Amino acid sequence: MSEETLKKTPLHAAHLEAGARMVPFAGYSMPVQYRDGVLKEHLWTRENAGLFDVSHMGQARLRGVSPLSAFEEVTPGDFIGLKPGKQRYSVLLNKKGGIIDDLMAGRPDDDGLFVVVNGACKENDFKVIDAELAGQVRIDRLEDRALMALQGPKAAEVLANHAPDAAKLAFMETAALQAFGVDAIISRSGYTGEDGYEISVPGEAALRIWNTLLADERVRPIGLGARDSLRLEAGLPLYGHDLDETVSPIEAGLGFAVSKKRRDARDFPGASRITAELAGELTRKAVGLKVEGAPAREGAEIADAEGAVVGVITSGGFSPSLGYPIALGFVPPALAAAGTELKVIVRGRAQAAQVVATPFVPHRYVRKV
Amino acid sequence: MRFTKDHEWVSLDGDVATIGITAYAAEQLGDVVFVETPEVGKSVTAGEGLAVVESVKAASDVYAPLSGEVLEANTALAEAPETVNQAPEAEGWFAKVKIADASAYEALMDRAAYDAFLETL
Repeated sequence: MSEETLKKTPLHAAHLEAGARMVPFAGYSMPVQYRDGVLKEHLWTRENAGLFDVSHMGQARLRGVSPLSAFEEVTPGDFIGLKPGKQRYSVLLNKKGGIIDDLMAGRPDDDGLFVVVNGACKENDFKVIDAELAGQVRIDRLEDRALMALQGPKAAEVLANHAPDAAKLAFMETAALQAFGVDAIISRSGYTGEDGYEISVPGEAALRIWNTLLADERVRPIGLGARDSLRLEAGLPLYGHDLDETVSPIEAGLGFAVSKKRRDARDFPGASRITAELAGELTRKAVGLKVEGAPAREGAEIADAEGAVVGVITSGGFSPSLGYPIALGFVPPALAAAGTELKVIVRGRAQAAQVVATPFVPHRYVRKV
Repeated sequence: MRFTKDHEWVSLDGDVATIGITAYAAEQLGDVVFVETPEVGKSVTAGEGLAVVESVKAASDVYAPLSGEVLEANTALAEAPETVNQAPEAEGWFAKVKIADASAYEALMDRAAYDAFLETL
């Protein structure tokens, strides 16, 4: 895709001014890093507060007579039981139980369901939801809204200055409220493993709000490069890499997204496969790996101790917080226990790797306020 | 010192070429977190892989600017890969290669030609 056809977020000019290196991502021109570079941006977010432009993601309201029960037809989550002010992580499933996309869906107010999906998947996601739930829900896309994430241990004290009500939210709570003088939708959630918020605001106010937050010396802009290394350390999967239409939530280690109620009812897409997988009929399982030597990146083969290829790396890189390479990948369940010694094949050579529990770096979510 | 369009540098001492990546390349890569240097005794061919340098984001090949035999690798980079960012055209060298044909060295870009090449990027 040429530069001219790439879409721009409302914060594009701010990125250029901040010295960002822009790359094509999900059809948008997005900042992969700013002047600090990935390593410093990553560590800054772990110690202070990082501000991310994620306006490429798809925001929408699902409205209708009963959008919550309708949404259960395309996901395995308990949305009928979703209380106002709460948000849930979920997956859009195909008929075979494969993941079409992963998403956040919440009730910031009584106006249906507010959903945020991946930028690269959004056109297809809304097409699928529209096709499956036609007549039940109306999808109102919020393309005039920007989305930013404020993440890190200092995010809460920074945001409290601008949106005191947002400070009352706990992890995975969401609210439609007045902040920065506009109608904002703020949730306490993110994609770094840190405490923090995702902040949806009208596009025309985004630049002013972005600059307001950056005026705080605890806040620096963070690019997609560090977003990726932060989420990897947090053990959070990335769609298109760790997740795709062949991967089920059970294989991916996202069993928590298949609610108890729905497991019992077996009324979600791909229920027969997922029920069988829950009963132990699993051929592959996502694991975390601590890698010795060179970073093992996406596509690298995983071998057992005897050298037989048993799996593949789906995301991998150097962990700035830990100082060594880490990876996510699929292996047979028999080799998925923490402590299992495996090999990863990097440029033709076998390197030692050990299965470790994820997250690699502990989450620091604030579950009670 | 001579340079390639792939942003390697070479300095020649007799028939021994010291090879690294340029300050421009180091800046583009960002923070180097891992370096794979070649084994001593390995034969390398101009234009083929000599070493691998990795940033947080990605792995990049470093190509041999000249053909020859690896005499020495900068094993200090294993413990201190950040040297490539701190001193790319000095302590951050990757390998010393005994070359067969010194005329190939003269055929590479000099500093002025490389700087002019960077202007075109």
